[in-house]
Amino acid sequence: MKIQLKRALLVVLIVASFATAAITGCRKKSATPFPPSAAVTGWEKSSETRTFEPKDLWQYIDGDSEQYIQAGVVSTSTSDYKYKGQLEAVVDVYTMSGPDGAQTILERGQTKDAKTINVGEQGLQSTQSLTFRKGPHLVRIVAYQSDAATPQALLALAHGVEANL
Amino acid sequence: MKDAATGALVLGAQSSLGLKHTQDVRTEAKSKVVIARDPALHGADGKLNEVRVAALLDRAIATHTGHKRPIDAWRQIISDGGATGKVIGLKTNGLGGKGISTHAVLAMAIAERLQQAGVKPGNILIWDRNARDLQACGLTINTSPDQVRCFGSDVSGFEDAIETWGISHVRFSKILTRECAMVINLPILKDHSMSGVTFAMKNMYGVVERPQDLHGGGCNPGIADLNSFPVIRQKVRLTIGDAMTSVYEGGPGFRPEHLWQPNALIVGEDRVAIDQIAWGILDKKRVEMGLKTLEAAGRAPRYIATAGDSNYDLGVNDLQRIKLVEV
Repeated sequence: MKIQLKRALLVVLIVASFATAAITGCRKKSATPFPPSAAVTGWEKSSETRTFEPKDLWQYIDGDSEQYIQAGVVSTSTSDYKYKGQLEAVVDVYTMSGPDGAQTILERGQTKDAKTINVGEQGLQSTQSLTFRKGPHLVRIVAYQSDAATPQALLALAHGVEANL
Repeated sequence: MKDAATGALVLGAQSSLGLKHTQDVRTEAKSKVVIARDPALHGADGKLNEVRVAALLDRAIATHTGHKRPIDAWRQIISDGGATGKVIGLKTNGLGGKGISTHAVLAMAIAERLQQAGVKPGNILIWDRNARDLQACGLTINTSPDQVRCFGSDVSGFEDAIETWGISHVRFSKILTRECAMVINLPILKDHSMSGVTFAMKNMYGVVERPQDLHGGGCNPGIADLNSFPVIRQKVRLTIGDAMTSVYEGGPGFRPEHLWQPNALIVGEDRVAIDQIAWGILDKKRVEMGLKTLEAAGRAPRYIATAGDSNYDLGVNDLQRIKLVEV
């Protein structure tokens, strides 16, 4: 009788596991939003990821940290990238306490010449920079140089980050 | 009108910044600020022309000191700073990251001129908060005394003692307190989300351990307090401000959408006067780009007036008492 109960319990657990996987999606999310080298064509991750708690964010962005703290930033991570060994860029991922905070920062940084892009739930792109939000995450990608290929390269990298969020 | 010492053009009734000056003011001028410009400073590839940067530096320093020969000018600066035979620090600003940090080419051009004026390479120390900030400027870390040294407070550490001035409680970098007899301030001109303007005085936030504690109230009176400490007031004798590239909005970080190239160096000994002039430059550009002035945007750099008031007496913020020389 005990053995039958154990078997039944095991079956229930297995079924529950499959059901959970089906509901949340079988694709496993990466533990980090930062695509590794070559995960996005042409892009190489060129630095270690640095992460800042709100109390230490000033070390990275000085007084700019205040607006992120007010918007509810929980964690900030950043990493440098290189495209085809030449174009340098930095990816910042701000994880806020909720989507509202991400939206606040995105809208605050909006410029006249920025165009709307289809990345995340809302995205904006200028010649050398790209910002999008997805859930509680705000992602900002900035290139240090610019040529004709820059906007498309940034967009590809943004999709790479988005897939990991 | 020509400046008597250098023959440089002195402002007439109104400068290119839109700042009004009168004949009477010039005769009463107490603080001199030099703006040297070269519209061809950046090449077609967007990169700085090193030869032109060095020439611009020479022109700015000649106008500032009145000495035509750079070697004479730099000898005077070293002597006036009480730094003959001692260590001279060059305090850069790399916090904004690559793209909006003090340009290495400027720091190295100054180091070159100091050596020509007789300073040993190892007695020149280019420094900032840490290695990352210095590398953002394009500099290479070097602690060997055989060459120009370059390292941050992450190497030197900070004093144990907490110093107090006004609301400021700080621990200073040992580079400032122990290494340098004199510091030449090399800030980069930027808009700042809290203080409005970050330039000469705000760059001193990089010489203490916890600058974030000084950001309240739009950095007012934090900036004025910090610059009042005798170790800063006495050692930081000259500002050679990097306004070759700047951000007029969205600072202090790198914002390519708001980047512009004033192609200028701003030189002077009065840190308050320099920041007052810098405010005018940023506001002029903001208006040109259809943005509100810093005052209208609610980010007027109030700390400049605080630093210039009779309590702090760090310099002159009254445009009527600033002699602006543009070359």
